[in-house]
Amino acid sequence: MGSPIKIKVKLKGDVAEVKALMPHPMESGVRVNADTGEAVPKHYIQEVVCKHNGNVVTTAFWGTGVSKDPYMAFTFKDAKAGDKLEISWRDNTGDTSVSEVEIS
Amino acid sequence: MKLQRRALMKSLLAAAAVLAVPRWLFAARPDKAFDEKNADAVMKDLFNSEFTESDQVTLKIPDIAENGAVVPVTVTTDLPNVESISVIVENNPTPLAAMFALSPQSIPEISIRIKMGESSVVRAVVKTDKNVYFASKEVKVTIGGCGG
Repeated sequence: MGSPIKIKVKLKGDVAEVKALMPHPMESGVRVNADTGEAVPKHYIQEVVCKHNGNVVTTAFWGTGVSKDPYMAFTFKDAKAGDKLEISWRDNTGDTSVSEVEIS
Repeated sequence: MKLQRRALMKSLLAAAAVLAVPRWLFAARPDKAFDEKNADAVMKDLFNSEFTESDQVTLKIPDIAENGAVVPVTVTTDLPNVESISVIVENNPTPLAAMFALSPQSIPEISIRIKMGESSVVRAVVKTDKNVYFASKEVKVTIGGCGG
């Protein structure tokens, strides 16, 4: 199980502005370990699914070019206080993480 | 003969079903596009269509990135019925950094932090239900972000 995702939602009328921070090494497979001289294996998030009350509002597909500890922001409408927002990710090793917040 | 026709109809129907599914429902990661080493090949894999530069696509990214390991990018657009937003770094070993598949509930604005190995043109690509549009910008990188 990966680290929990930090989620912040700002509600403006019925528009929800979401910011999410996901602690993850995001190893591209290009970086070389200075001690061993060997390339550090790829380890990166490939897919992030964002659900509003169970419906997918945004899916982010990522390559190795996303920074370490990824930050992403997105916006959607038809939101109200009390709604649930769930974000989950899956990385190339099959590891996953899921976090949920209530919009207030 | 009859069987062949049935098989043909079956494959035609399957193809039609694939085409009829709106892009925002496509849930699979475009793995091939993420493995491509060339930005034009990425565009071809993802869209396989013509694309045009548009001032309705806004790409916000620093002119000079002091640290290539963390470059903030924001893409917004006034275009209607946006299905996806992608960020492509032309000179990265694998140029496709991220693709956001949106839904009808989405407001088309996304932010992400990306790595840049060296100075490069960055493209923001917006696919609507009609066309593919992009904006691009040259970003100078002082310290590269891929070698560590």
